[in-house]
Amino acid sequence: MRRLFAILSLTLLAACSSQPPAPEQNASGVEDRSGRDVLNPVDNGGMYSPARLKDPKSPLSKREIFFDLDSYAIRAEFKPVLEQHAKFLQANPKYKMLIQGNADERGSREYNLALGQKRAEAVKKALQLLGANEVQVEAVSLGKEKPRCMESTEECWAQNRRADILYTGEF
Amino acid sequence: MQQRPSSLASHCNNEPYNSQMNRPMRISFSSLLLAAMLASGAARAQLSVEIVGAGANRIPVAVADFPGERIVSQALTSVIRTDLDRSGLFRMIDPAGNAIPEGASIAYGDWKSRGADALAVGQVFPGADGRYETRFRLYDTQKQVQLGSGALAHSSSQLRSTGHRIADFIYEKLTGEPGVFSTRIAYVVKSVGRFELQIADADGGNAQTAFASSEPIISPTWAPDGNRIAYVSFQTKKPVIYVHDLAAGRRHVAANFKGSNSAPAWSPDGKRLAVVLTKDGSSQLYIVNADGSGVTRLASSAGIDTEPNFSPDGNFIYFTSDRGGSPQIYRIPASGGDAQRVTFEGSYNTSPRLSPDGKSMAYVARNSGRFQLAVMDLASEQTQILTDSSKDESPSFAPNGRMILYATEIGGRGVLAAVSSDGRVKLRLPSAAGDVREPAWGPFAK
Repeated sequence: MRRLFAILSLTLLAACSSQPPAPEQNASGVEDRSGRDVLNPVDNGGMYSPARLKDPKSPLSKREIFFDLDSYAIRAEFKPVLEQHAKFLQANPKYKMLIQGNADERGSREYNLALGQKRAEAVKKALQLLGANEVQVEAVSLGKEKPRCMESTEECWAQNRRADILYTGEF
Repeated sequence: MQQRPSSLASHCNNEPYNSQMNRPMRISFSSLLLAAMLASGAARAQLSVEIVGAGANRIPVAVADFPGERIVSQALTSVIRTDLDRSGLFRMIDPAGNAIPEGASIAYGDWKSRGADALAVGQVFPGADGRYETRFRLYDTQKQVQLGSGALAHSSSQLRSTGHRIADFIYEKLTGEPGVFSTRIAYVVKSVGRFELQIADADGGNAQTAFASSEPIISPTWAPDGNRIAYVSFQTKKPVIYVHDLAAGRRHVAANFKGSNSAPAWSPDGKRLAVVLTKDGSSQLYIVNADGSGVTRLASSAGIDTEPNFSPDGNFIYFTSDRGGSPQIYRIPASGGDAQRVTFEGSYNTSPRLSPDGKSMAYVARNSGRFQLAVMDLASEQTQILTDSSKDESPSFAPNGRMILYATEIGGRGVLAAVSSDGRVKLRLPSAAGDVREPAWGPFAK
């Protein structure tokens, strides 16, 4: 069993490091399915084990996606992080993910709620394209209601144009 | 519900309107309401009212002291005077300590020479089992005629509400439109780690907490019956719409679909809500029954549709959409159909709210980076910016359409303010504590 896991980990690693995501999605999807029965009951510290969610060394500990002004496009720098989260969801089908979109303080509360939703939806779509199952992922918005940074400056607003990833047990 | 005069006084040095607003009093609905309230140890963000600008032609009116009011307290006539004064439509003439018994003959000439065009007199009579009856009359000193009279039975703890009702009577007799002094407002107070949905009298007095949460509360809106409020709570780490029965202190979920649920707006019959859901993708308009059943999609767009608001006749829903590339206000038949664009000036127009007569629309427009309250006459499409502030949000018409309550920021703190729909009368409702936002003016008391 351990050997099987080791092979699987290697395969997934290889899949992550390769650039074009499309061909790998099918491959890893198939392997994942076989791996579910093996990986879930034995949390042995593999790359996509739930324990990794809280491991600061794991890419799964990266939970923030920042956005440009008036933009909902996922910047290239966040793609590797989302690939890891998509893999985690595939490896842990019982885990649910909540994506909370945020917006800066300017303008209407409800319109900002809709803007934050667009950011959360963008992250959700990216994860789905990377192979995550739609039923595991919920995109919601906090609008401008939970700002991390409270000042009226561009640096502050940039921090608040953000989507956060939470997993089962964290929301 | 002890309030805290000392904390308020320290923040409101220049206000002549504090004293009577801080008295701990209950009015008739409050015993019911009180049962509904969550126990709250937090400081209440008691609001007060400052007049910033007044109407051009104010009616000079005197309210004589009411004989008998000292038995209970002197608050009655000061509530009446304060209400009339801060409406911005009256100039209060000092009655110089005159207490005139109800029914006494009026020295019209004296009051005319003091400059009063109208004079209110009244008297508080002690009745059976500790209750009181207040009788009052209103006179026109120019024409030397009585304009009207009335009588109200009340307990000593209903003095404020009695004062508001007499002020409403005087207001209506002298302006021809109903007064809103007896109405209530809802708003959200944010203090450290705590959000409270509060209900207060229209003058900010008698504030009580209907719902408190460690997570944000936004978009409260009154049902037409004045007994229920729909709002959005983030208690479960996502926006969910609740309908809260104020008297019973109970609430139920009106919309909790996958994704975000927000921007509730009551239909004029109080049976349905227009809501914004994201269950099928981006923020879109739906209609749902007030009990949460029967959700149907109202409109479809590729982008954002949000902030629905029914026209008072129920025929249209006004809303904000970015379908044209920037947020603008549109309207759609309430039964569905083609959307029609309403705002064209500028690149950011949001938060439409129709006036009670359906003839004008309050909204927030961005002008050179400033978010300002504006009003549009829907027939002529004439627009007017009503404020000179820069972070205005969430307009809400008084039920008589005269004033628009809104949230803004002064000195980095969220405060409520109000402006008349012609832009002349300007009020601020400063609070002793916390950020105050998301105001909603309730309907006429039924």
